[in-house]
Amino acid sequence: MIECRNIKKIYKNGGSESLVLKGLSFNINPGEFVAIIGPSGSGKSTMMHILGALDKATSGEYLLDGKNVSVLSEDKLAEIRKKKIGFVFQSFNLLPRATALRNVILPLVYAEMPKEERDKKAKEALKNAGLDEKYYDYKSNQLSGGQMQRVAIARALVNDPSIILADEPTGNLDTKTGEIVLATFQELNKKKDHTIVLITHESNVAEHADRIIFIRDGEIVEDKKNPRKVLAGRINYID
Amino acid sequence: MKISDLIEETYLALISNKARSGLTILGIVIGIGSVIAMIAIGQGTQASIKSSIESLGSNLIMIRPGVQRTAGSAVSAGRGSAQTLTVEDSEAIRDEIELAKAVAPAVSGRYQITAKGSNTNTQVIGTNADYTKVKNISVDDGVFFTEQQSRSGAKVAVLGPTAAEDLFGTSTSPIGQKIKIKGIEFKVIGTTITKGSSGMDDQDDVVYIPLAAAQRYFTGNEYVSTINVQAASEESMEDLQNQITDLLLERHNIADSASADFSVMNQADIVASASSIAGTLTLLLGAIAGISLVVGGIGIMNMMLTNVTERTREIGLRKAIGAKKREISLQFLAESVMLTFLGGLIGTAAGWIVALGVQHFGNIAIEVSMASVAMAFGVSAAIGIIFGYYPAKRAASLSPIEALRYE
Repeated sequence: MIECRNIKKIYKNGGSESLVLKGLSFNINPGEFVAIIGPSGSGKSTMMHILGALDKATSGEYLLDGKNVSVLSEDKLAEIRKKKIGFVFQSFNLLPRATALRNVILPLVYAEMPKEERDKKAKEALKNAGLDEKYYDYKSNQLSGGQMQRVAIARALVNDPSIILADEPTGNLDTKTGEIVLATFQELNKKKDHTIVLITHESNVAEHADRIIFIRDGEIVEDKKNPRKVLAGRINYID
Repeated sequence: MKISDLIEETYLALISNKARSGLTILGIVIGIGSVIAMIAIGQGTQASIKSSIESLGSNLIMIRPGVQRTAGSAVSAGRGSAQTLTVEDSEAIRDEIELAKAVAPAVSGRYQITAKGSNTNTQVIGTNADYTKVKNISVDDGVFFTEQQSRSGAKVAVLGPTAAEDLFGTSTSPIGQKIKIKGIEFKVIGTTITKGSSGMDDQDDVVYIPLAAAQRYFTGNEYVSTINVQAASEESMEDLQNQITDLLLERHNIADSASADFSVMNQADIVASASSIAGTLTLLLGAIAGISLVVGGIGIMNMMLTNVTERTREIGLRKAIGAKKREISLQFLAESVMLTFLGGLIGTAAGWIVALGVQHFGNIAIEVSMASVAMAFGVSAAIGIIFGYYPAKRAASLSPIEALRYE
């Protein structure tokens, strides 16, 4: 489903060039829950931008569902994001004055889905993300951090993306709420078969995934299945 | 994004910041409102000037004394103060020019008039019987004086309705009563039907007396201040004007028409010059109001730029969930156009109300034309597009990564 071959990213800053990604290659299969972990400055955010079709690699190939994303125009990238990718951000990025439901509907508005249908889909997504029904008509700035992140998760999965990208989703949450959000991801992965890529710098967050990719200085230093998960009897993990 | 969604998104964005949207709209409301009101007042004035000039009489040519030059003197007397036209001139026009249907020489002045204890200060016009024809005057009660009376200077008077009411009230008939003009007694023989106000002076507040009487008792000479000539038809106006000019030049022994001591104006010229003044006035008022519209437009741009900066993260998010450049710029453009359009709508209503208020309290005629309303909407939508374009373009060209990181 996701194939990255020798992904390189060079940032040009005035005269100087910096090689942020030094040729990364890996695959992610459908239904996997992968964590990409690395210290700040390791290039994991750049990797997330490329995986999320927000940015293009300087060289190398990124194939999403067999389609080479690295050669597309800006509007085509927007199309890919609309149809195949769901984002969950550290700072939620909800529209503050819109209701929870409206926030989830927004991607469907750009997808030009008919009104009745999108209401139904948005409610379903909110239910799957675990937000209590009574909060659907709350303005998003009236919700707690955990509730906001649930709305954001619902927004990410509302148009059935091929991949959900979560960028430090617990970064703004306390430990307990963070655990709940991570449990939600696990559940979505296990029960609904969503492919999830989690980007974090905290190993205890990465521990929730089935597979962990370590990045340092723009290179993959380790790519392993999560031993704790295997020990915990997650038998559905097959190499 | 569908149009209905675009409108919904725009609506949600605008009501989420009511105060700011309201103030921005206010700028456009004032701009459009003042354009509408100013143009309404300007056009109304133009129309009322035209109609009041036309009500003076139909197919009318007016001859007035022109600049009088004395031989050897470089100084000329002011126009209108000159005394160059006489009753003989008017009689010559009547006798020698066939196209002249009616000829009415006139002198006028304001005098104190008394009658049985009441008194008024009003305009007294000394003229002849033809005056009723050239000025569209109809007698209400009694009779107008005859040609014979006007030549002989009979001490009779015909009152306009306002003058009649001021002197005798509404209950008593003034016919047969005596009035004193500057102490000289006249007998009232008739009253006229109302003609209405022409804006500057009340055409009903007037007393008509025979020309010879006016010259004998009040002006003390035989000059007249105007000769009004009615043409047989509208087509013959120009011919008549030329013939009058030729005749008077000959009578006054002037070879060069450029140094004529009189001027011949026809009604169309008067209407044209008056409405061109009013037209310039309309343009001036509209231009001043237009400046406030531009200021309002800059207000829109300012608000939209602030908006784009404030909503940078929102723009980043919209891009992340698949909004194309065009969809982002359309959304911001739609917001500014909706603001200006609402401003245009309210402004038109406000301008109209202001114009009606001016009409009601200021006694100035107004005329709100559909053209100016259509123009107001066109202009306000155009302002929305012009002043919203740059902010919208700026929003659309933001990089999603940068925008999402924006603090």
